[in-house]
Amino acid sequence: MTKQPERIFIKGNEAIARGALAAQCKCFFGYPITPQNDIPEFLSKAMIDAGGDFVQAESEVAAANMVLGAGAAGIRAMTSSSSPGISLKQEAISYMAGSEIPAVVVNMTRGGPGLGDIGPAQGDYYQSTRGGGHGDYRLFVLAPGTVQEGYDMTIQAFDIAFRYRTPVMILGDAILGQMKEPIVPWTPENVDPEPGAAWCMNGKTPDREKRLIKSLFLEEGALAGQNKKLMAKYKAWQDLVEYEAFETEDADLIVCAFGSIGRIAKSTVRSLRAAGHKVGLFRPKTLFPFPSAPLLEMAKQGKRFLTIEHNLGQMVDDVRLAIRTVADSDFFPVLPGNLPTPDEFEEPILNCLEGK
Amino acid sequence: MSEMQEKLVFDRPEVVIDRPTHYCPGCHHGVAHRLVGELLEEMELVDRTLLVTSIGCSVFLYNYLNVDAVEAPHGRAPAVATGVKRARPDNFVFAYQGDGDLASIGMAEIMHAANRGERIAVVFVNNTVYGMTGGQMAPTTLIGQKTTTCPAGRCREHEGMPIKMTEILSTLGGVAFAARGSLNSVKNIRKAKKYLRKAFECQTKGLGFGFVELLSACPTNWKMTPVAANERIEKEMIPYFPLGVYKDATEEGGAC
Repeated sequence: MTKQPERIFIKGNEAIARGALAAQCKCFFGYPITPQNDIPEFLSKAMIDAGGDFVQAESEVAAANMVLGAGAAGIRAMTSSSSPGISLKQEAISYMAGSEIPAVVVNMTRGGPGLGDIGPAQGDYYQSTRGGGHGDYRLFVLAPGTVQEGYDMTIQAFDIAFRYRTPVMILGDAILGQMKEPIVPWTPENVDPEPGAAWCMNGKTPDREKRLIKSLFLEEGALAGQNKKLMAKYKAWQDLVEYEAFETEDADLIVCAFGSIGRIAKSTVRSLRAAGHKVGLFRPKTLFPFPSAPLLEMAKQGKRFLTIEHNLGQMVDDVRLAIRTVADSDFFPVLPGNLPTPDEFEEPILNCLEGK
Repeated sequence: MSEMQEKLVFDRPEVVIDRPTHYCPGCHHGVAHRLVGELLEEMELVDRTLLVTSIGCSVFLYNYLNVDAVEAPHGRAPAVATGVKRARPDNFVFAYQGDGDLASIGMAEIMHAANRGERIAVVFVNNTVYGMTGGQMAPTTLIGQKTTTCPAGRCREHEGMPIKMTEILSTLGGVAFAARGSLNSVKNIRKAKKYLRKAFECQTKGLGFGFVELLSACPTNWKMTPVAANERIEKEMIPYFPLGVYKDATEEGGAC
């Protein structure tokens, strides 16, 4: 990587947009929705300046299908939205998963269900990690917890999308999108200038077979074969799990939290540690694949678990699945409409630590 | 007759793959496919062509044309084609859609791709019925026409009037060419090919969005013989969906 010398002070949304440019994303298709509008606003100029293209689509549905078309043509393309808009994009996401079309989809989540509110929440965890659209598929889901990670993970998302021919989701939230932090931008080396050239549609020449990108498999056994291929792909992703383990080594209690809540919980853990409490933080950076193995290791050491999420309890299912043979996890919900402070997590953590 | 006495006057374009189609007897998709194939060769576009197919009987166009292709979700072909064209502006991009696909679920996508003046062509096959799903009412189903979801016949008070897509699209600023042809007679087929050529030229000349509606038969779902289906196009469809060029920005003077 080429480190650029200066630090820049930017919003999480802008970091994601800049990360896409650094990853040589050439097409952005979007539709306005709060709290992610900084991304299309920034890219409406920057993407054109970088020699790519930008379209404000007529709907989230259309934007995601434009990404499908550009991805099928082997070009790095991205769309971004927030919770209700992501529901509309699910049609194209399912088709992209079935057709093995690479793309990056950003979800800066807000409160739901329905129109909900425009404040932060993590209610889309199930939708992101269980497919979201129709059919049997998974998304690769990255969950940044800092503005720098928003930048880094966007670059990483394009690499994974093209390496595995799959849509990749970046699951942020309104906190991350709207807060400003200094980051160190960098530019990846060796980005394939003609990504996916061996499979994508770019015009059939006489020396090769035509290329067909589709998710319809009618012949007997064909869909089973395709889904088996997808299953193998998802299994291979297990090698790509990422997580942050903070003060976990000698901890009696592990707090499991992701994204912005993970970052806030880290502050709580830090202050409780200073007060002599043996607590640690486990923050998954990949939500699918979920880092189950390291959690199980911790469970086998006899640690207890508390999952904190900005929802009614979703990731806690994955935590429980990971440790189910030896332990369980308590759960503390953060309800939408609030930006929690580290202090608010102290009581539930101490209660759990004391086995209350 | 000996071989010496035969003279080949009509051959298959190479880009049209030599295989039997899945279409019903009397269906006009095969004719539309052939016209497209002939033009891709005549206009030397084969190597550059990227095809977007949608849902319904016509999704399988990708099995019959020897070009790169992608399958769009139901109604979304103009959005997918927008993405393809923006990603690869030097390629020739066209979408192929039926009436249920384009005029119902895909209404937003066709209107906005056309209005943006996307440098793509859309071939719109209108047979006034949902074919593959078994003959349900389409937005283009004629008043009085019986389908499985309007068994007493489409009624204006209950279902509204059949939508005239070419007329609507011709009013949009981004459209460079919009015409309605028909595939029910040799004369009309020849004219339809001229329309398709103009629509394709809109893209190769960078003029804007090219659109051709093709009135077509669905004898199976109309419960008619192929001959009677052709007659229905002439007597019932053309009077409501008049043929001709509705917009032409390809040259001064307009009409082909």
